[in-house]
Amino acid sequence: MADKLISKIPDGPLAEKWTKRKSEIRLVSPNNKRKLEVIVVGTGLGGASAAASLGELGYNVKVFCISDSPRRAHSIAAQGGINAAKNYQNDNDSVYRLFYDTIKGGDYRSREANVYRLAEVSAAIIDQCVAQGIPFAREYGGYLANRSFGGVQVSRTFYARGQTGQQLLLGAYASLNKEIAAGTVKSYPRHEMLDLVVINGQAKGIIARNLVTGEIERFGAHAVVIATGGYGNAYFLSTNAMNSNGSAAWQCYKKGAYFANPCFAQIHPTCIPVHGDQQCKLTLMSESLRNDGRIWVPKDMEDVKKLRKHEIKPSQIPEEKRDYYLERRYPAFGNLVPRDVASRAAKERCDAGYGVNETGLAVFLDFADAIKRLGHKKVEERYGNLFQMYEKITNSSPWEEPMMIYPAIHYTMGGIWVDYDLQTTIPGLYAIGEANFSDHGGNRLGASALMQGLADGYFILPVTIGDYLSHKFAEPKTDTNAPEFEEAEKAVRARIDKLFSIKGKQTVDSLHKKLGHIMWEYVGMARTEEGLKKAIEEIKALKKEFWEDVCVPGENGEFNQELEKALRLADFLEIGELMARDALNRKESCGGHFRLESQTPEGEAKRDDENFMYVSAWEYKGENEEPVLHKEPLKYEYIHVATRNYKD
Amino acid sequence: MEFNLKIWRQKNAKSKGHFETYHISNIEEDASFLEMLDILNEQLIREGIDPVAVERGCKSSGPVSFDHDCREGICGACSLYIDGRAHGPDDQVTTCQLFMRHFKNGSTITVEPWRSSGFPIIKDLVVDRTAYDKILQAGGFISVRTGSAQDANNILISHEKAEKSMDAAACIGCGACAATCKNGSAMLFVAARVSSLALLPQGRPEAAKRAKAMVAKMDELGFGNCTNTRACEMECPKGISVEHIARLNREFLAAKFSE
Repeated sequence: MADKLISKIPDGPLAEKWTKRKSEIRLVSPNNKRKLEVIVVGTGLGGASAAASLGELGYNVKVFCISDSPRRAHSIAAQGGINAAKNYQNDNDSVYRLFYDTIKGGDYRSREANVYRLAEVSAAIIDQCVAQGIPFAREYGGYLANRSFGGVQVSRTFYARGQTGQQLLLGAYASLNKEIAAGTVKSYPRHEMLDLVVINGQAKGIIARNLVTGEIERFGAHAVVIATGGYGNAYFLSTNAMNSNGSAAWQCYKKGAYFANPCFAQIHPTCIPVHGDQQCKLTLMSESLRNDGRIWVPKDMEDVKKLRKHEIKPSQIPEEKRDYYLERRYPAFGNLVPRDVASRAAKERCDAGYGVNETGLAVFLDFADAIKRLGHKKVEERYGNLFQMYEKITNSSPWEEPMMIYPAIHYTMGGIWVDYDLQTTIPGLYAIGEANFSDHGGNRLGASALMQGLADGYFILPVTIGDYLSHKFAEPKTDTNAPEFEEAEKAVRARIDKLFSIKGKQTVDSLHKKLGHIMWEYVGMARTEEGLKKAIEEIKALKKEFWEDVCVPGENGEFNQELEKALRLADFLEIGELMARDALNRKESCGGHFRLESQTPEGEAKRDDENFMYVSAWEYKGENEEPVLHKEPLKYEYIHVATRNYKD
Repeated sequence: MEFNLKIWRQKNAKSKGHFETYHISNIEEDASFLEMLDILNEQLIREGIDPVAVERGCKSSGPVSFDHDCREGICGACSLYIDGRAHGPDDQVTTCQLFMRHFKNGSTITVEPWRSSGFPIIKDLVVDRTAYDKILQAGGFISVRTGSAQDANNILISHEKAEKSMDAAACIGCGACAATCKNGSAMLFVAARVSSLALLPQGRPEAAKRAKAMVAKMDELGFGNCTNTRACEMECPKGISVEHIARLNREFLAAKFSE
């Protein structure tokens, strides 16, 4: 079966691969496009831009989202910016440098060809977004402004205050609205995909639940695009939106799509620390803050103790008694090291006892220097809304005292395995954006998620899907009365009935919290063989507990948020297990995946290129069967693979 | 902290709603309003399965449904009318960014859904806001096809214009403006989009058409007229100014005169 992992990377020089592939792809004539139907699941940056672009091309598109409007997808919460190799700053940026930074930032676990293409189309994304009327930040001369993000030494990040994701999503959503108005796209809000329908080995449709009425509905198409984001909520506490989930992707996995690198989860260094056990969601503070904010903890334990007792304020600690540990450990990049490195460094200080709040799990992010250097007005313009948000949540003003931050789960680099065309191992099924695995390797750089979502949705998928659809226009509309639809719908109904029938004693959230504890403890920032084995066993036991003792109130035929959560948790329990299994298999430290057994004497991540320079792609083998691991070797022809160095 | 929560319960769009009152205690000051509702829901589910409570005749209506998602004040999903104010007593925040330290310990808090003829109730505190999508589908976009854009820096926009456009573009589409307006008008929402695009050169070619089409759609969907009470501006969680309504009016009139 390993032959399913054909990455379809075009031959030829790196910089010509995408052009070459595009020229090979068969076209579909306008009159045939009208006969072809495409389902897009998810309306974040990837899904909305893909659905809009496919609609513009003339395909019949159906687009689904779980929220009441496509505009609410979690891309909206991305704050800091979007990368593009424009070199508007004349700081010697280029497509190659963006490519290189992304591969290096991902700790050499992503595909050269995919990442190069991402960097290549990045500039066109900015052009597209400006044309849509996105109010990016401007210099006084009217030109676009840039800032820097972690893991890079140029300024290539475009931004709209601290709301870049919102603005980009509203742009894609506007394009989607344009197509809905034109009749090429039909929108199904408050619909959740609960199964993929595969006929003769090809993706032909989905089963979705109407979240308002509870009706189980069938939708057929010639191809299906999954754009449903990541699975970070397996940890319960994360920066993901409350409703973000991995279920659509997981159903694809269970129908035969391989799932790649599930253990690669990103832990973001700058989140507001956990404040108590009533919390269900963590809030991110944008990475852009690290442009001007300096991260530190006290040097003296005495000061730490006083801080925890509120006997002194952080601003009272003199300069020489502060440990700016990122600047100390990584002089070349300082506060702008990649996320995984910054997160581990924060954990290291807190584990050593220097955490600055009552829980001991917080470090400072300080703007005093920036306010002195730039003035209040400039800082307000750059970060005003983030400062306001921080103050609203914590009741403490970053203008007066430093912010307190701590790492939290933020993004998942792993996802459905796709080839160069973004097609999964199931023909006709595509995965884009965070839902696929392809571009970020072991760690994603800041401001690159927006770039990838829009690259996939605007410029890559609408082209590559044509190659598949060019063979399909003669096929009739998918018949949703086919036995495969019947069967899939029956299975969905059975799953729902089963959940209601349990009538147990535990709420969905309380079980989800238990899963979160296991995940954070054993599959979090520091992983060991022993811990991961324990995690697998504990998750299995918890899964059993869930299916025997969960309480799902109400009924199916109504708006029922507890049922929605229960269905998602059922999948998170399985996703969590696969994450642990993948982490156990990968006996190296790499990007966000840190195995305590594999580190340098200085405590840096130690990769094992000889044994693990591959994409792990897991194949589902059935309920209670062990999944099978397939390996896609990674070849680096254009980049010199080295140990990541952010020190000099 | 502890509170009495007087919450609107309604099974579905067709049934009649009513208030139910619940007592809740052990709430941290730093808990958000929605975290408090999460805790209430845990309590309500437990009551529903607790044989003692059920035997006592406790008839639970089950957990309270409410829209929420990002809990960072940006997705616009949360939409509660708390003690007579959209998004509650704190200024310029969404419900999810409202914290319990803003309430008096022991007080009774009334929680209702958005009340506006444009937003029919789906269940409890959840309303249907697809009308806002429809207004935007009427013209809240720039007609540019993917791939046809020129280099981004070929369009120069002054810093001030870009900032002003961004002020309007900050709208999260939550519906507080229409829910709070005594006329049930969606003018601030429409104005935010029209103004944001009208301020930019890219938005000019369709400006007249956009203003007319979006206002017409708003009227058609049953939203009321604007009588300048400025309540919308007061309650907008993103602080969007009624100055944008003035700009919408200018755009709209100019469009009408040029007919």
